[in-house]
Amino acid sequence: MSTNRKNRVGSRLYMALVFFFLYAPILLLIVFSFNAGKSGVVWQGFSLQWYAELFQDRLIIQSVYTTLLVSVLATAIATVVGTFTAIGFFSMRRRWRAPLLTVNNIPMMNADIVTGVAMCLFFVAVFGGWNYLASNYAFTVNLFGAIYRITLPKLYLGFGTLLIAHVTFNIPYVILSVSPKLRQMDSNLVDAARDLGCTWLQAFGKVILPEIMPGIISGALIAFTMSVDDFVISYFTAGSSTSTLAMTIYGMTKKGVTPEINAISTILFVVVLFLLIVVNVRESRAEKAAAKRQLS
Amino acid sequence: MKRIAALTLSCALAAGLLLSGCSVERVDNTGGSAETPSGGNSSNDGNRVLNVCNWGEYIDLDLITEFEEQTGIKVNYQTAESNEALYSVLKNGGANYDVICPSDYMISQLIEEDMLQPLDYSKIPNFEKIDDRFKNLSYDPENLYTVPYTWGTLGIIYNTTMVDGPITSWSAMFDEANAGNVLLINNSRDAFGMALYYLGYSVNTTDEAQIREAYQLIADAASKGVYQGKVMDEVFLKMEGGNAAVATYYAGDYLTMLESNPDLAYVVPEEGSNWFVDAMCILKDAQNVEEAHEWINFLASTESNLRNMDYIWYASPNAEALEQYPAYYEETYGEPLDMELYEIMAAPQEVLDRCEAYLVLPEETRTLYNDLWIELGL
Amino acid sequence: MKNNRSFLAIPYVVWMALFVVAPIIMVVIYSFTTADFSFTTDNFTRMGTFAVIFTRSFKLAIIATLICLLVGYPLAYAMAREGKEFQRVAMLLIMLPMWVNFLLRTYATMSILENNGILNQLFSAIGLFDFLNNTMGTDIQYFRMIGTQGAVVLGMVYNYLPFMILPIYSVIIKLDQSLLEAARDLGANSLGVFRKVIFPLSLPGILSGVTMVFVPSVSTFAISRLLGGGIQMMLGDLIEQQFLGGAYNPHLGSAIALVMMIIVVVCMWVMNHFGEGEEQAVML
Repeated sequence: MSTNRKNRVGSRLYMALVFFFLYAPILLLIVFSFNAGKSGVVWQGFSLQWYAELFQDRLIIQSVYTTLLVSVLATAIATVVGTFTAIGFFSMRRRWRAPLLTVNNIPMMNADIVTGVAMCLFFVAVFGGWNYLASNYAFTVNLFGAIYRITLPKLYLGFGTLLIAHVTFNIPYVILSVSPKLRQMDSNLVDAARDLGCTWLQAFGKVILPEIMPGIISGALIAFTMSVDDFVISYFTAGSSTSTLAMTIYGMTKKGVTPEINAISTILFVVVLFLLIVVNVRESRAEKAAAKRQLS
Repeated sequence: MKRIAALTLSCALAAGLLLSGCSVERVDNTGGSAETPSGGNSSNDGNRVLNVCNWGEYIDLDLITEFEEQTGIKVNYQTAESNEALYSVLKNGGANYDVICPSDYMISQLIEEDMLQPLDYSKIPNFEKIDDRFKNLSYDPENLYTVPYTWGTLGIIYNTTMVDGPITSWSAMFDEANAGNVLLINNSRDAFGMALYYLGYSVNTTDEAQIREAYQLIADAASKGVYQGKVMDEVFLKMEGGNAAVATYYAGDYLTMLESNPDLAYVVPEEGSNWFVDAMCILKDAQNVEEAHEWINFLASTESNLRNMDYIWYASPNAEALEQYPAYYEETYGEPLDMELYEIMAAPQEVLDRCEAYLVLPEETRTLYNDLWIELGL
Repeated sequence: MKNNRSFLAIPYVVWMALFVVAPIIMVVIYSFTTADFSFTTDNFTRMGTFAVIFTRSFKLAIIATLICLLVGYPLAYAMAREGKEFQRVAMLLIMLPMWVNFLLRTYATMSILENNGILNQLFSAIGLFDFLNNTMGTDIQYFRMIGTQGAVVLGMVYNYLPFMILPIYSVIIKLDQSLLEAARDLGANSLGVFRKVIFPLSLPGILSGVTMVFVPSVSTFAISRLLGGGIQMMLGDLIEQQFLGGAYNPHLGSAIALVMMIIVVVCMWVMNHFGEGEEQAVML
């Protein structure tokens, strides 16, 4: 018993050490967001000036907004599409499913830089052809007696391509976390619902969805995390006029990151910490309540 | 059946999304055409925008806000790292910039490849104030495409407390005495340029043997661990924080660094160096040409040039601004400008005589530069 | 599900064809052409020049992956043996850093490792350099950490360690406790239990952890640039240079990306066959 306790102390010490390693830079970043000076190394006194200046900085606010918008949209689209696709894959014959799942794995297994470069080449080639068409051809339409000339819009890399890229690398994570839940589901449940007169859509809403919900939620969570954390793919697909927070930071790492970035990261960090704690406390309470119910 | 309906619906939706960006123009048979703007296309419906690409730390940011307030044009301001990187971004096709600000040799290359459009100088009255020294230069001999933005010299920035004695020669960039404390500039033209100067060759040489010799010089120094890193704008951090001792960089940026680290010194080495002009130009496929001209004219004004000079410490090509700057400085800060600093910013003729401008290199030489530059990272 | 719902996958199959398969075909086309799109294999014959970069990248990535495994496995194992509340908190602590952008974390690491950075200042404050200089007769003002390969490996380990811990943890936590008890009852000591039961059963987690650390490590360009100073290029830097960097040549860049992709795929395939085709462990 005593060796066991000693082991436990040792293993906890080890964990603390690793966590210290993981958190040292983050702590540094948070501490220096309150620094009165610009330096990230020398402490010059406490100040909240960077938090005040942050809200004046158009570039940072804009890129935080872009990041959140693209992550939310991409997660929403990927979650819906991924869930339905998982159901589609599930009811497919293995002969078809296997190769499709392999292709589905490509964005996950491929290095980010290859995905980014490939998409960049693809978009640029397609848009190049399109823009050539758009600048050389125009439709004329006769509508209610007046003649209109319709010129096609020119397309450039921008928010649209960024969103497509994020959706593309998010969907596989959703499929991957929904599929096991589908396999675990008792297929008789759906049949029973259908026998009782449900349409497929009703059966989906009343039976399938609640069963696979945990998978959908964890898939959405992974997708959102991946979107927020992504830099490489965004860097190649966002074009010149759209910039996510990661891209802004990359640009700044060259000139010196302003402490405003530390400030915004601290804010985001605290918000996420708060959210995760709330979710965890609620979950653990629910679990404890369930355990009690079982006992009584 | 449902499936077909869904498919049609989604197709229609996609088409609708695409078409919403179309510009629709009414063409009357009588000849006059009245514009009927439809939503989506930003350049047509009152939201005037301008996409600008400049170097990092290369403008007084307040000028952008001021321009926006004056004209109602929303400026989308981006930065590129080096001429070569800017060229990649342009060629890659991912960018939709209107105004860019490359250096002399890159401008020639862009003109050569038909990527710029001639300017309408009647819309840029401030062009007149540009000093004649900076008009009709070799990169744009008839001055059809460019309005100069800044000029300056390339030199060595060093920390006087970290090296022994004053540096006067490019040899410091290859010297093992400072191993691990030297920063190599992260663009092929400037990096090979300094080696070519040190070897006594022209920076515009097309002789492969000479270029290879220059490459070898840098590669040897690199293999001896002389260089701590390849940097462009990272240089500010490294030099200001005393994390490196010697770097090749531009005069204007030295003056910025000096504000936070008084131990730094700048020299245009005795072997000679590069003097450059960065000029504003409009890309051939620019979407917002009208706005681009307004922007260029705004930045070419004496007022903008004075403020830019004060902020970024690069010399202005505007004759009035160049002359008025010492007085402007005294007025703003209540103390006279150190003329030594002024001469570092706006190099006097005897320094410029030692210097050479980069000319555009022929295609094979450019490929050689690229290949050797990559091999340097091996 | 009586009637077949596989048509639900159709939109995504179309999407994949457009945005997964077509882009990769573009890379293949680019890698086999010159600037004016005539066929060539030059881009591949030049690959020999970059062998140094390939070996360097793979070497550093393998080292980083091994360190992650050596550090991450015991951590995941120790975590799995703790109480439920503890696990919950530990999980949270592992996930949380991912929410601070990795570039920013790397940048903070950079300010720790600089010649004049926090670590060196700490050393000099506790008199380490004075001590060393007095006893060894050297003249050290700082330890050079930034711009070295060690710093790059450290950056990779630091950034990708959570990707190693999570899959291993999620496999170990699902292990059937009765199996372990059975092994103990049959006389295996704790080392034996680990070697014969726990380790083999956690192999799928290890494999997916290794993949998730190795692939981003071998292709990184931001980490090597920030912590390695960019003097010794890695594959990611090399590819980025050809597209958005200082040596524009997307054809050569595509070829390098393609070769890297193929090597990585082959590695993964071989490795997964070691795991006897175990179903891929889900990351979280």
